Amino acid sequence: MHPAASIIAFTVLSGLGYGLAAILGLGLLDPAAVATKVAHIAALGLIAGGLLSSTLHLGNPQRAWRAFSQWRSSWLSREGVLSVLAFVPLTVSAWLCVIEGRYWAPIGLVGSVLSLATVFCTSMIYASLKSVQAWHSRLTTFCYLLFALAGGALLGSAFGVAGGGSASLLLFFVLVLLIAAWAVKITWLRNLDSLQPLSTPESATGLGTIGRVRLFERPHVTENYLTNEMGFRVARKHAAKLRKLALLLGGLLPGALVFLVMAALLAGAETGAVAILALVAAVLSHVVGMLTERWLFFAEARHAVMNYYGG
Amino acid sequence: MTSLPALPTAKKLGLVIDLDVCVGCHACVVNCKEWNTGGYGAALSDQKPYGADVSGAWLNRVHSFEVVPEGGEVVGEAGEARIVHFPKSCLHCEDAPCVTVCPTGASYKRAEDGIVLVDEEKCIGCGLCAWSCPYGAREMDLAAGVMKKCTLCIDRIYNETIEEVDRQPACVRTCPANARHFGDLGDPSSVVSVMVAERGGIDLMPEQGTRPVNKYLPPRPRTSLAACASQMAKGEDTSGATGFFAWLDGMLDRI
Amino acid sequence: MNRTERVALSEPVADEVRKTTCYMCACRCGINVHIKDGKVRYIEGNRDHPVNKGVLCAKGSAGIMQHYAPARLRAPLKRVGPRGSGKFQEISWDEALEIATGWLDDVRQDDPKKLAFFTGRDQSQSLTGFWAQQFGTPNYAAHGGFCSVNMAAAGIMTIGGAFWEFGAPDWDRTKLFVLFGVAEDHDSNPIKMGIAKLKQNGARFVSVNPVRTGYSAVADNWIGIRPGTDGLLILAIVHELLKARRVDVDYLVRYSNATWLVIDAAGTAEHGLFARDGEGRPLVFETVTEQVVAAGSKGARPALSGRVQLADGRFAVPSFQLLVEKYLDPKYAPEAVSAETGVAADTIRGLAAEIARVAFDEAITIEQPWTDVHGQRHQSFVGRPVSFHAMRGLSAHSNGFQTARALHMLQVLIGAVDCPGGFRFEPPYPKPVSAHPTPHGRAEHFGSNKPLSGPHLGFPRGPEDLLVDPQGRPTRIDKAFSWDAPLSVHGLMHMVIANAHAGDPYPVDVLFLYMANMAWNSSMNTAGVIRMLEDKDETTGEYKIPKIIYSDAYASEMVAYADVVLPDTTYLERHDCISLLDRPISEPDAVQDAIRWPVIEPDRDVRGFQSVLIDLGARLRLPGFADNHGKALYKDYADYIVRHERRPGIGPLAGFRGLKGDRAGRGATNPEQLQRYIENGSFFSAHVPLEAQFFKHANQAYQDFAVRMGFFDTPQPVTFQLYQESLQKFRLSAEGVREPLAPETHRQRILHAFDPLPDWYRPFGEAMVDGQEFPYHAITQRPAAMYHSWGSMNAWLRQIHTSNALYVPGSVCDELNLVDGDWVWLISHHSRIKVPVARMEAVNSSTVWTWNAIGKREGAWGLDRNVPEAQKSFLMNHLIHELLPAKEGGFRWSNSDPITGQAAWYDLRVRIEKADKGAVSEPHFPGIAEPDGEQPSPTELRYGQEWAQ
Repeated sequence: MHPAASIIAFTVLSGLGYGLAAILGLGLLDPAAVATKVAHIAALGLIAGGLLSSTLHLGNPQRAWRAFSQWRSSWLSREGVLSVLAFVPLTVSAWLCVIEGRYWAPIGLVGSVLSLATVFCTSMIYASLKSVQAWHSRLTTFCYLLFALAGGALLGSAFGVAGGGSASLLLFFVLVLLIAAWAVKITWLRNLDSLQPLSTPESATGLGTIGRVRLFERPHVTENYLTNEMGFRVARKHAAKLRKLALLLGGLLPGALVFLVMAALLAGAETGAVAILALVAAVLSHVVGMLTERWLFFAEARHAVMNYYGG
Repeated sequence: MTSLPALPTAKKLGLVIDLDVCVGCHACVVNCKEWNTGGYGAALSDQKPYGADVSGAWLNRVHSFEVVPEGGEVVGEAGEARIVHFPKSCLHCEDAPCVTVCPTGASYKRAEDGIVLVDEEKCIGCGLCAWSCPYGAREMDLAAGVMKKCTLCIDRIYNETIEEVDRQPACVRTCPANARHFGDLGDPSSVVSVMVAERGGIDLMPEQGTRPVNKYLPPRPRTSLAACASQMAKGEDTSGATGFFAWLDGMLDRI
Repeated sequence: MNRTERVALSEPVADEVRKTTCYMCACRCGINVHIKDGKVRYIEGNRDHPVNKGVLCAKGSAGIMQHYAPARLRAPLKRVGPRGSGKFQEISWDEALEIATGWLDDVRQDDPKKLAFFTGRDQSQSLTGFWAQQFGTPNYAAHGGFCSVNMAAAGIMTIGGAFWEFGAPDWDRTKLFVLFGVAEDHDSNPIKMGIAKLKQNGARFVSVNPVRTGYSAVADNWIGIRPGTDGLLILAIVHELLKARRVDVDYLVRYSNATWLVIDAAGTAEHGLFARDGEGRPLVFETVTEQVVAAGSKGARPALSGRVQLADGRFAVPSFQLLVEKYLDPKYAPEAVSAETGVAADTIRGLAAEIARVAFDEAITIEQPWTDVHGQRHQSFVGRPVSFHAMRGLSAHSNGFQTARALHMLQVLIGAVDCPGGFRFEPPYPKPVSAHPTPHGRAEHFGSNKPLSGPHLGFPRGPEDLLVDPQGRPTRIDKAFSWDAPLSVHGLMHMVIANAHAGDPYPVDVLFLYMANMAWNSSMNTAGVIRMLEDKDETTGEYKIPKIIYSDAYASEMVAYADVVLPDTTYLERHDCISLLDRPISEPDAVQDAIRWPVIEPDRDVRGFQSVLIDLGARLRLPGFADNHGKALYKDYADYIVRHERRPGIGPLAGFRGLKGDRAGRGATNPEQLQRYIENGSFFSAHVPLEAQFFKHANQAYQDFAVRMGFFDTPQPVTFQLYQESLQKFRLSAEGVREPLAPETHRQRILHAFDPLPDWYRPFGEAMVDGQEFPYHAITQRPAAMYHSWGSMNAWLRQIHTSNALYVPGSVCDELNLVDGDWVWLISHHSRIKVPVARMEAVNSSTVWTWNAIGKREGAWGLDRNVPEAQKSFLMNHLIHELLPAKEGGFRWSNSDPITGQAAWYDLRVRIEKADKGAVSEPHFPGIAEPDGEQPSPTELRYGQEWAQ
């Protein structure tokens, strides 16, 4: 699948935003701290930025409002509906925090649930597509949720530390979530690597009964919408390198930094700015790692239609 | 409403494509483009039409495959590769994933005849339906930003301003090799259903669970010429011209 | 919710439907052009039209894009840059016609042969030939010489007609259909419709073709033969049929020259010629009375074998005896030809067995009494439901004439010509050679300011009819009808530029071409031809071919080499007639012709070429185009179509003649004729009476019908010429025993190739190069969605074939370590090209191939400069020289069939060497300027958007 920048940016940024919002909704950060206020605004900003970015790939973004109508059948519609619904508690929570400096659990928890539900819907857009076998798995959903939570917790912990609160618990969660997310992702990748194609040129043409089927000539010589959109292929060697990079930047490096900060905090060290810097570095690394992971999520996925295009 | 019709549609309009006779001439491809670019919805645009990376929106394309026998059923001479021309357009699936994924309700399957359509007024051009379709039946029109797909020429088949005999999809009407047939696959007694039953018509990618309405008729089994070699009657005398002329004299006497 | 309300289901398609004839290829299908707001909304096949019965191919369906292509010329052009630069200045029609008239007038007065007028994909040869004849130049032909003259000449000389425009398989009744070679480009819709019928009826379809694409892909059996060996395969089938006694003796006796006595008097001037009586009638040996009598004598039972003594004491044998003795030779046994053809002996034997079984065991009968030309009444038509078709695949070899003859002989042997289920003639065919003219063009045939004394093209009956001077040198610029190519009945367009450039046999002053892309894909040795067109005489500084007038509708490569360009219209803007005098569109059951008319008005300063030619004819005061006072006889082509009469009552169109428009074939001119055609869907069809529908060559009712329709003035039955006497005359000349004697240089070649019985010899292009050095054949196939060069300017068609690759057999790929996307050097004895490759299994293992004419020159056809057509795509033409490699003494023969001069495109032999990866194929020529300046082409097309609902 073509790794479209707008969609990668959308899933990574909104994932991070919803993850942060979910963490904020748990009330683990001091609502009075300036950093927490910033965190609320950051969460909303990330979510809004992500959603806006997602409209960039629409042919007719002016009609995007119509996407709220089909929540009964379409995961994309559900995602749209939930993203708007989630804005209500998230905005209220942000208001309460930023203006009034307080946290109200009921609305916070509702916000957390809706945030995660939105991410769940995003993941289901992909996981529900049988035509893209790599995505068509429950693990896809877990990956999206865990990465969102891990990223959100990581970002939250940075704000937490910056706000001067005790972030050890949150940092611990970050570690757990990062490990869990990558454990699931690695399983997902292993599945991908051992995938027996559901559909083949033989099943796509029904000609398997008479022999091995190979594309002889494309219907039209140059690229078309389908091959541009779904015909993207990444070299195996290239993909292997990028996978390592994603794990390093999206898991190992932020994990190590979080571990060091946590260790230092537990040791009672007066970490201050260094801890914040370390966590900010961890967040940036994680984001870059996630962008890589998400790029690969598309680039490595083969669409069934490519059975008709020799891909 | 992008939910599929609650009950399977009784009428299932669709195409039957005969791979035994398609010669890959692309007549259906171009006639479809021609009809539909001025018909239902936005024009089927072409980008860089006279440039290097020319491309365009097409609702029907003909692929060519090479099939090399591998111990399977041999059609044609043993061990020989063959080319199969393979036209492909929307299959109007009964379980059309493109319909259910649509967030706006632009994609829908008509309850009255099973045709899957896009209401371009509602289409936001998100492309998810194209992703959901394993067959590549949907193509975004890059100029209009809306999804295009085969309508089974809905503006022909019900069009009372054209002669009744012409109320069939443009691709079917134009196909010189009679490789395309249009009809109601929901009616077991229809010509197309009978054809599918007799020729062992198949679904493409049945494993995708889409239950396509369109069917493909596979190439017919064939007997090799070498197998006929022994049929040749032996002459009375094979010793060359002399024997032949003797036979000839006999034949002339009979005339 | 009711969904139907979302869609307008019953919108009228357009404002008006105008019915005309397609011209996206040579098929000539009927089309309905739907016009909306003055633009073309939709083009579909005309259901009532006899050629296509409603269907329409990709090309026809892309007519809109052809019509609105940016490559279209806008106005007459005068060259301002050097030839090949593409730099032009737009001029008025008056100026263009004045220039042309000035040049042509001078030539006509000084030396008419200094005009070479050749037309390419011309569908108005009856007019262009007539014009050239009135002008008086001997140098006229259309493009048949590089197309399929072998098929046409061999067919007419053997059975009185050939495939496509002369006849067709009886698709409804045939039970076995054998297709030889590539045929996707001519008669394309009828063949596709025919294949559909075969499939429906459960008939068997066998394809003999080195490449298994197109029609071959759906054949029940594919014989991946080695190129150039089809003739040998056919003769092996003949061998098997004779051996098994599976020939139709009755049919042979009735309809062929099998019984005609051939003189056996070696070393004399009549050896191998038919014994004839005082009136020139061939003789047969009557078995009951044991007397030699004239063929066709009532009640005679002629012998098919046995040596008889003639009245003059000489001996003779029936030609059939020679035929049988020749083909029963074990060298034609399947085992013996298997290695050469690459076809397993059992497959050959199986094909022969199937032909025999279907012809004789599945014979069909149509209960319809009829009378033959000898007055004998028959109760029914007996059919041998085996049919064949072939076109360029057999034709484009230097042994193509003999191969095509072999195929026609095979049809006659099994009694399958013009019978139910077999190959059937389309009126006005069959037509015996004797009803065709002989060629004209010798010195005594022309002169200053006078017409040529007869038609340019025809059938020489023997060496005495050649167009040579007393020294035996050619009198035509293309050397047609010379000892080089005695039966070049369509001329040799592919030799014109080379000969004119070399001044051999003489230089020309004006080269006048229509619709012929000679500076690109229509020439062998394209680079060489380009050089010849650009070459200047060192002393005078003038171009060696001084003046070139060219007419085309599009900015083709050839336009860049013209001095004056006469822009043609598209087929939707013009009058045309598809005439029985020319290249008819009849069906076996019906006589048909058709017209085109302007369904769209031109939006630019262009004129139909035929109208321009008529205008030029009047300006030149040519007889037939201007009256005694120099006044134009015809306003334009439409006027000519209606009012021109070739013979009294016979004009370009056969339909709606007579003052009331109720006469068919013969009749007075009818001023309403075109309107009547338009009302009838732009075609005319008259049914052949039931009694006349089969065995037309010998059917009295058909012969009467043909006379009634004006094809002939007297009945012209055809006796199939299995043994071809005229070829033997050339052999006698080459043996030095019959006048005129063949030049010494040509004798061996004539003796080698002019066998009076169909023969096979290895194609020259293969025989003359080292098989080790050049181990592979290289050929082209015709994509069904593209007609030669007509398509790359079409935004829709070019997406289907934007570039071509060299298809290489899997075994060769493995040997040379080639994978898709690699580049190779393809090397012939003449040149080399660098091209991308793709693997293919379904191809003869010694054959590489590509799609024809996808490669374009940078700057041509209104395309951007960086398009794949101009960068990555390629032509095979660069590898093919118009001459064969030099023999001892440096003499080089034309790369053509020695009998007809047919360009031997498919004789090419090559080797492959892996090359560095590339992005641009080689040779790559410098870009040419676009004739209209560099107008930016649109970056997006949304055709029909204004009608979007």
